[in-house]
Amino acid sequence: MIPPAPVVLIDYGSGNLHSAGKALERAARDGGSNKTVLVTADPEVVRRADRIVLPGVGAYADCRRGLDAVPGMVEALTEAVLEKGRPFLGICVGLQLMASRGHEHGVTQGLGWIEGDVVKITPSDPALKIPHMGWNSLDPARAHPILDGIPTGPDGLDAYFVHSYHLAAARPQDVIATSDYAGKITAVVGRDNIAGTQFHPEKSQRLGLALLANFLKWAP
Amino acid sequence: MLKVRVIPCLDVKDGRVVKGVKFVDLRDAGDPVEAAKAYDAAGADELCFLDITASVEARSTLIDVVSRTAEQCFMPLTVGGGVRTVEDIRALLNAGADKVSINTAAVNRRDFVREAAEKFGEQCIVVAIDAKKVSSDGEPDRWEIFTHGGRNRTGIDAVDYAREVVALGAGEILLTSMDRDGTGEGFDLALTRAISDAVSVPVIASGGVGTLDHLVDGIREGGASAVLAASIFHFGTFTIGAAKQRLAQAGLPVRATET
Repeated sequence: MIPPAPVVLIDYGSGNLHSAGKALERAARDGGSNKTVLVTADPEVVRRADRIVLPGVGAYADCRRGLDAVPGMVEALTEAVLEKGRPFLGICVGLQLMASRGHEHGVTQGLGWIEGDVVKITPSDPALKIPHMGWNSLDPARAHPILDGIPTGPDGLDAYFVHSYHLAAARPQDVIATSDYAGKITAVVGRDNIAGTQFHPEKSQRLGLALLANFLKWAP
Repeated sequence: MLKVRVIPCLDVKDGRVVKGVKFVDLRDAGDPVEAAKAYDAAGADELCFLDITASVEARSTLIDVVSRTAEQCFMPLTVGGGVRTVEDIRALLNAGADKVSINTAAVNRRDFVREAAEKFGEQCIVVAIDAKKVSSDGEPDRWEIFTHGGRNRTGIDAVDYAREVVALGAGEILLTSMDRDGTGEGFDLALTRAISDAVSVPVIASGGVGTLDHLVDGIREGGASAVLAASIFHFGTFTIGAAKQRLAQAGLPVRATET
């Protein structure tokens, strides 16, 4: 029997691969899934993936450089996600890389999958600290399979954020959930088979594991 | 709404917890991973490991502790103690730490903060400041940076230093009052307020917590974004849940404890 195609976590020199990998494994186990999780820098493995997770920690331009430095990776991602329609999840800067452009330390081109710009957070209350760091609640803008069954809103579960920039989406329908930090912060985006979280599901305890389990089941 | 964070800190030496950790159902109280799991279950908002090991060889022990913790606890983890090089930071982040706390290395060479922030992003670089009051009664308050557990006076003004490291890329300040640490008398609120007002990044108040009201004071009067404590939690004086309840009673936003 051919083993099921793996869930791949892309290793491009950025991101908390160990935590994200272990959280995906736990989510798969808890959700009764037989999916295996593979950390890879090999574009051929990405082409054959069942679904793809792109993590990302650090500055936008550095992450983009890191992704471009893996020969054939952007092409393999584009093929698997945009042409073959494999479910995709970007985490933190992994979400931001889906945007048209990033504005951290100069302007950097993104992958252009979600129209919009990654801009510095500017709370209307200037006393608020940046980075936006810690646990915040999610305010869903619309239903989405990756949020299925997760209690959200002021009395729901919280998600763990740590970032200074966020994706200002050009099309409101691409925003799945926001968080409030004296203004709306984009927390979850998605369209078709692609989704992204600005927070870290691999660090968000129950909410995070539930979201990852939903992603593993997602059949867009 | 963003919640205030309650952060228990574990001192780790040669891969073992140094100060006692008293929880029911803890098989091995000296194992940092066991303690981390208990705090995870109790609803701690972040965990902090402070490595107080002197030797270089024990570094791999710490990496192993971080790695095993990250496999089982899906919550934010800050690790500090003896972080001196970009390679130290990389190893800790790869093992599963989310933030790395730099102390003496930043005092000795400020540019290390800039290098670290450029490499890994400002959000994961915490600068730990150990400060002591040096002004006399009747003078305007003044605090200085001390190193080596409060033994070495550096002559560096704590508020100036905080501004400087934030300008260089520190994403958070872990502020410990050396006057209050271990006393149970509460945070140095004037110090906490002075640093918090001086910088744009979150400040974690540390040193001196003896009661749950001290936690409230640290946020409310000190202006801190998070409160860190060790003994009150380790020795079972208070639970994380009780701490959050007290903060909530005071009208501060807290994350519900997951059970």
